[in-house]
Order: sequence, then structure tokens, then C-alpha cells
Amino acid sequence: MPPSLTVIVDSFPYLIQGAFFTAGIVVCAMLFGLLLGVCIAVGIVYGPWPVRFVLNLYLWIFRGVPVLVLLFLFYFGLFTYLGLNFSAFVSVAIVLGLTTAAYQANIFKGAMLSLPIGQFRAASSLGMSDVQAIKSIVLPQILRISIPAWSNEYSIILKDSALAFVIGAPEIMARTQFVASRTYQHLPLYITAGIIYFVLTWIGVRLLFKLEKRVRIPGYSDNGANS
Amino acid sequence: MTEAKFILEVDTLNKSYGDNTILKGVSLTLEEGEIKVLIGPSGGGKSTLLQCINCLVAPDSGTISMHGKEINLKNKKDLYQLRQRVGMIFQEFNLFDHLTALDNVTIALRKVRRMDKGAANKRAMFELEQVGLGDKIELYPAQLSGGQKQRVAIARALAMDPEVLLLDEPTSALDPELVGEVISVIKALAAKGMTMIMATHQISLIAGLARNVLFMENGIIQEQGSPKELLGAGKKTRTQGFCDRLSDLDGEGS
Amino acid sequence: MELSPFYQDLLTALNTGVITSIGLIIPSALGGVCIGIAAGALRTFGPKPVRKLGDAYAALFRGTPLVIQLFILYYGLPNLGIYLSPYAAAVTGFMLCSGAYQSEYVRGALLSIQRGQYYGAQALGFTTFQTVFWVIIPQAMRRAIHGCGNEIIYLIKYSSLAYIVTCMELTGEGNTIASEYFRFTEVFMMVGVYYLLLVSCAMLILKRIEQWLHVPGFGHQEG
Repeated sequence: MPPSLTVIVDSFPYLIQGAFFTAGIVVCAMLFGLLLGVCIAVGIVYGPWPVRFVLNLYLWIFRGVPVLVLLFLFYFGLFTYLGLNFSAFVSVAIVLGLTTAAYQANIFKGAMLSLPIGQFRAASSLGMSDVQAIKSIVLPQILRISIPAWSNEYSIILKDSALAFVIGAPEIMARTQFVASRTYQHLPLYITAGIIYFVLTWIGVRLLFKLEKRVRIPGYSDNGANS
Repeated sequence: MTEAKFILEVDTLNKSYGDNTILKGVSLTLEEGEIKVLIGPSGGGKSTLLQCINCLVAPDSGTISMHGKEINLKNKKDLYQLRQRVGMIFQEFNLFDHLTALDNVTIALRKVRRMDKGAANKRAMFELEQVGLGDKIELYPAQLSGGQKQRVAIARALAMDPEVLLLDEPTSALDPELVGEVISVIKALAAKGMTMIMATHQISLIAGLARNVLFMENGIIQEQGSPKELLGAGKKTRTQGFCDRLSDLDGEGS
Repeated sequence: MELSPFYQDLLTALNTGVITSIGLIIPSALGGVCIGIAAGALRTFGPKPVRKLGDAYAALFRGTPLVIQLFILYYGLPNLGIYLSPYAAAVTGFMLCSGAYQSEYVRGALLSIQRGQYYGAQALGFTTFQTVFWVIIPQAMRRAIHGCGNEIIYLIKYSSLAYIVTCMELTGEGNTIASEYFRFTEVFMMVGVYYLLLVSCAMLILKRIEQWLHVPGFGHQEG
């Protein structure tokens, strides 16, 4: 067996452990981003102007600054400055969560604005409070039509999570680099890592597609909701 | 060679998609100033026939001649020539969505006819005024009603000075209240002696304009003749039956 | 007003860095758009094997992290005896990755053009070349511009990854100063501000272009 293959076979279990770490980061970041993103979207669509202003500022910053810079800023800067002693896992999950929240908020905002105003009015006319209307009428609809865009966001965050190696989180990329620097088999190892990411992307997108089909409402289409 | 009697001759056109035969040896001739109307059920091959005549869809076999001269359909240059001489009006208008009404009319003049911009604009203005849209020239297709779009499409085709105009159900995609404006433009064209072949379901156009009516079904011209012969009182033709069903659907037609 | 030596050093470093960053971004964006147009057109109109090849290229570069692509170019290719400078590796990686994403928008735009538009042009006697040049390209361009523009914004942000293959641009210069003075918070906030300015400028320019190309009822609706 050529040395390149030997290295791949030997290090494969080690790399796969990294895949679990990566998956953990991505799931946490996406869920955190989902919660925060929904809140931001509601604030931007229904909130008073000072709230809207602050939230739009948040979107501008987190959509304009590279993830790598945010990672450095939070991990080496702000967290230390504030005396927060977060692990690499938590730090990466928070930074990616804050970033994806900004993008998810935009997805949900678009979906909310595409929802006919009559939906909200009908809810109000039945005596629902604003919070009730948002919770039981607006959100169930917009979360459904947001799934395709959300799946796109998943694939972006998964790929961004590869940057976690710069702060020493033991995910796929960091482990690959570790093995590569010892064996000098850079090319085959990084190709293997690429394949692992590719498979993770594919699995996630498949699962979300299944979810989309599952929660689909017959005759309800997302036309125009996320063009 | 003697001066040909027919402006356009179509001889035994065949066209099929896979096993589905759309045209089965269709032939027709057209004299200068003649108006032929194609009627018949949807899927009968009317649209395909028109598209084959100016080779938007290449026929599998058959010939097309203009003024007695056969067009070599394999030759791209001949093909582009043919299309410049034969204008086409589509059911779905097919205006260029990124251009204003004026530019929709001028673009072929400028790019195909190589006219300069000033002359092209002047010609386009004239044609647009003829169809009653002199005040809408700066609007884009998305800002026009269906009837206005179809009138721009007619102006666009006429600006190329076609010898023959093919109209593929020009009013079928229009809301009922917009049909009238397009019909009056077509009637004005007929009055000026434009040579036309038109597929339509509009009874008023069939009876009022046609010198010849062709009833097409299953890819074959089943019956042809003057409106009087096919649609006169007491005639038991298939054309008559078909038209009766049309007027039942339409109410009184229009 | 006198700036402290720290801020003087920081601003000097970041100004050098931002020049390098722009030097990375502009060729990468241009190359990416060119690759995107070529790949997008081939993926739409090419013969089947070419289409499949184009699809595989796009899936590959869109399905794996950019860092890995850069590592393969910079650390991996030497295994095959190919050595790229940090700058060359970064620009090559950016172009290929960006091109894959761009091709997706170009393809979508080309597919969205309706058959009737071709017919309309052909019926007026347009040659194939004239149809493509005067009808298809102007329409596809307007449909694709929003997505392609967004992709360039992404590219600006991801140009920070050049630092990972040791190309000293904005992020790299910032990191040097930060480690020297051990003041990460201030430095990376400043770096963030630089990126925000770059991104915001690019957005403004793109918005201008979109407005300039705008045709009512056409292209991207929601802002």
C-alpha cells in the first residue's frame, strides 16, 4: 500500500472523531442562530424604530465582518477581556451562532414580509394578542417556507466551522492539519478531509429536504417567499 | 422564369416529435393580399404549422418557397432572410422583457437591418402610432397590458416590412375586454392589403376577414374553402360544427 | 492630535494590509466572474459530458470548505512538486471557489429565460449570435447581477482566509500587531471596521449597478 493510503487508513478514525466535534459545533450554532434569528426578525418586522435600528446595526456588523476576524476578536479579545473562560467548542459555537443568526434573521424577515397581512389581521380579529398571533399563526408558516434557505445556511456554517482550527478546536480541519504536519502527506489528507465535509453537507441537506417534505402543507408553496 | 403567382408556397410539410406526428403532409399556397384563417381544435397542428413556415421549428421534410423560389432550409443565411420577410405574431407576445416598447421595435431594425438609430426610431415611432401606442413608447413590457403588448408585437413585426404575416392565435392570451383593440389593429392591416395566415378561435375574424378558411385537425387540413362555402347557412361541414361549438362557449362570440 | 504608538503602528499595518487585501480581491472577483460565466454557460448549453463535468466542478467547490481548498493548493500541491506562492495560492483558490458559486447564478439566470424570447428574436431574423448578444445576455445579466454581487461581497470577507496560507493581508497584519501588543480586542475591532468599510463600499457600488440596469418587472424583486 502506498504511504499516502496507509496514512489515510491509519488516521481515518481520528479524523472521524473530528467530524463528530464539527457536527456538534454546527448543530449548536444553528440552533442558537435559529432562536436569536427568529427574535431579531420579529423585532425588525414588528418592533418600534429604536429596536429596528439596533437590530439592523447588528445585521450590518455580523454580515460584514469575516468569520475569521470575529473568531479572533471574541476568542482572544472580548471573552478574555470580559473574563469569560469559554472552551474552544463553546466559543466557536457562539461566534458561528451570532453570525448565522444575522443571516437567518434575514431569511425569516423575508418570509414574514411575504406573508399576506390578512393572516395577522385574521388572528387579531379572533382576539389573539400580538404575541399569540406571531407564535401560532406567523411562525408556523414562515419556518416552513424558510427550510430551503435554512439548508443553504447550514452548508455555509458547516464550511465556516472549518475555521475553528485557528483557535485550536479539535475538529476535522485541526486534526487533519495535525496528522499532515507529522506525515507530510498533505494532499491525500486534505482531500480526505474535503470528502468528509462533502458527505456532512450532503447528509444535512438530505435531512432538511426530508423535513421540508414532511412538514409541507398540501397546496402551500413558497413561491415568491424566498426568491 | 415567369413571375410566380404565389407569394408563398408550402409543400407537404411533415413534422413529428418522437412518435407523435403533428403535421402530416400539409400544403398550402398564398397569393398576394390573401388572408387565410386556420381553425381547428387545440393540438391540431395550427401552431406548429405556423412555426414551421418560418422555421422556428424545423420541419422534418417538405419545402417552402417564396415567389416561386425554394428556400434552402439548411442554409442559415437563407433562413434568416426568410424570417425577415415573414413576420410572426405570437400568442404569448414574446416581447423582449428587458427593452422598452420603442426598443422592442427598433432592435431588429438596428441589429438585423443595420439601420442607424435615428432612422430606426423614426420608423418605430410611426409603427407604434399606427397601433395607437405613440404615448407608451418608453414603457417596459411589464408595464403594459396584454392588449398593448400584442400591439407592440404587431408594430415590431410590421417595422421589418414583412411580405407575409403569420399570426398564431393573437388574441387567445388576452383578457376578453382587451381583445377588441387587437382585433381592430388586425382589421386595419387587412384593409391595407397585408397578406396573412392567422390561427384563431375568434369567430368575428373568421367570418369577417378570411378569404379562405382552413380547418385543421390531427395534423391534416381537413377542409378548406371560402367562409361562405364552409360556414354558409345550412352547411353541414365539420368546420361549421366546430364553429358552432366555439360560439356556444363564447356566448355570442364577439 | 497625537496618536499613541500602538494606534500609529496599528493603522500603518492595517493600511498596508488593506492594500494587499484589495490586491487579492479584485483579480479574484474578476477571475471568479469569468469562470462563473464560462462554467454557467457550459453547464446550461454544453453537451452532456461537459455539463456533467461543470456540475461536478460546482458541487465540489461548493461542498467543501474554502480553507481546505486553500490548504490543498498551498500545502498539498507541493506533494506533487507544484509550488505556489501564498498570494498565487490564495488568488487561485478564491477564483475557483468563487467561480463555482457564480456559475450557479449564471446558470439559474440562463435557465430562467423563456423559450418565447428566443422565438421572438428568431422570428425577426436574428442570427444565433445576435440572439445571444442582444437578447439572452442582457436579460441573463440582469437576472444574475444580484446573486453575483452577493458572491463578491462574500469573497471580500473570505479574502481573510489568505492569512491562513501566510499571505499577509488585513487580518494577518492585524494579528501581527495584536500579538506584539497583546491587545486583541482593539485590533480586531479595527480590522472589523476595515472589512465593514470594504463590504459597505462594494454594496453601494453594486446597488448603483443594479439600479442602472434596472428594468421594471424584471430581475430580482425583494431587496
